[in-house]
Amino acid sequence: MKVATQTFKFYSLVLMLFVSAFAMAENTTDPVENSGGQVDTKDKVDAYILHHIQDSHDFSLFSYTSDEGERKHFGFPLPIILWTSNGLTTFMSSEFHHNDDGHVVVEKNGLKFAKIHSKIYELDGAAASVAFDETHHATNAHKVLDLSITKSVVGVLIIGLLMLFWFTGLARQYKKRQVPTGFGRVLEPLVLYVRDEISRPNIGEKHYRKFTGYLLTVFFFIWFLNLAGLTPLGFNVTGQVAVTACLAIFTLIIYTVSGNKDYWMHMLWMPGVPVLIRPVLAIIELAGAFIIKPFSLLVRLFANISAGHIVVMSLIAIMFTLKESLGVVGATGLSLVLSFFITLIEVLVAFLQAYIFTMLSALFIGMAVAEHDHDHAHDEQGHEISDAEDVRGDFI
Amino acid sequence: MYNLIGAGLIVIGAGIGLGQIGGKAMEGIARQPEATGKIQTAMIIIAALLEGLAFGALFLGK
Repeated sequence: MKVATQTFKFYSLVLMLFVSAFAMAENTTDPVENSGGQVDTKDKVDAYILHHIQDSHDFSLFSYTSDEGERKHFGFPLPIILWTSNGLTTFMSSEFHHNDDGHVVVEKNGLKFAKIHSKIYELDGAAASVAFDETHHATNAHKVLDLSITKSVVGVLIIGLLMLFWFTGLARQYKKRQVPTGFGRVLEPLVLYVRDEISRPNIGEKHYRKFTGYLLTVFFFIWFLNLAGLTPLGFNVTGQVAVTACLAIFTLIIYTVSGNKDYWMHMLWMPGVPVLIRPVLAIIELAGAFIIKPFSLLVRLFANISAGHIVVMSLIAIMFTLKESLGVVGATGLSLVLSFFITLIEVLVAFLQAYIFTMLSALFIGMAVAEHDHDHAHDEQGHEISDAEDVRGDFI
Repeated sequence: MYNLIGAGLIVIGAGIGLGQIGGKAMEGIARQPEATGKIQTAMIIIAALLEGLAFGALFLGK
């Protein structure tokens, strides 16, 4: 118990030091972007929420406008890593001074860069600033391969490290004694839950051990990231298509690679149906296995988390948008009540989405490794044949 | 315009489906309370599949 408290204190201290060492007040004096600096109209709220839903190149905690009209940002810059026409280029995101519409041009490695809507653009040739056409697309700049440590990547790294510490700690405790202590007591029932309620019944007694590791990892990864998204740090990692697509592709690879003979036969040449229907079924099954299953996994997680964030932020924004019609106290009170309860629902959704992703992954893997069921045996021509045991049942 | 109507129709359909799933699951649990766990699991899986469809429609129709 004492050890666990000490480690917890250690982690908090590291986190505090990390935040306070890098978090710094930065001023921007961009009159176009920050006139007044207040988010109180519906359009500004929409823009703000969309900006939050996207990934960003700097980790900003909060910002406000000082009495002198300066915009102050609190947060810390993150490294920007680009693969450009001149090779690898790195610099800190603070060089953009929180500008997001391409007005600040950074010159590095003989090239000029601008950030437009959270995407880094490389300016062509001798252009000194970004030119836009009527639809606000840059005409003299092009996107570069962006390998930056963005806010979402920071989220993934932090959660990954925490999971590494927590679960290796939990595993180490079983060597010394049989009962885990400290935070392990929180994790152990969840691990057992995933194993006994998700993995074992869906994959089957024979194969479940091989896949439980993946299912546990994906469950806790999604759950912790969903919960991190509800903290004021403002991560939206599981609301990024790239992250959920990657997780869905992991599941796709696992159930494709571990599929056994029966799985492929049932997919490509379904036994027990007329031969003319078999190619049609094969097309449907192939589309289902390679497109629909991973697509539904990735869209469900991404859409649920994004929608949750949009709802929470819209309800918080009520205190600005309804300020005039309800008064300050009324608008703030309404916003407080609504956003409090919707946040409670979001805590449930955070668990539910992790559970559903893991559950469906287990179900798909279970379909791929299912042993041939002897109640529905069929011969090589695909005709149903009855098992010896079935026939015996008729005589007894 | 038409994609919005289509998305709306799909969401209405998904709503009806979710209502059916929830209602039938309730009935099933009321009839056989000892099967609550199994019914809930199956219910959540089907609800999740349906929800994925509805969200897909929303994103395609947006």
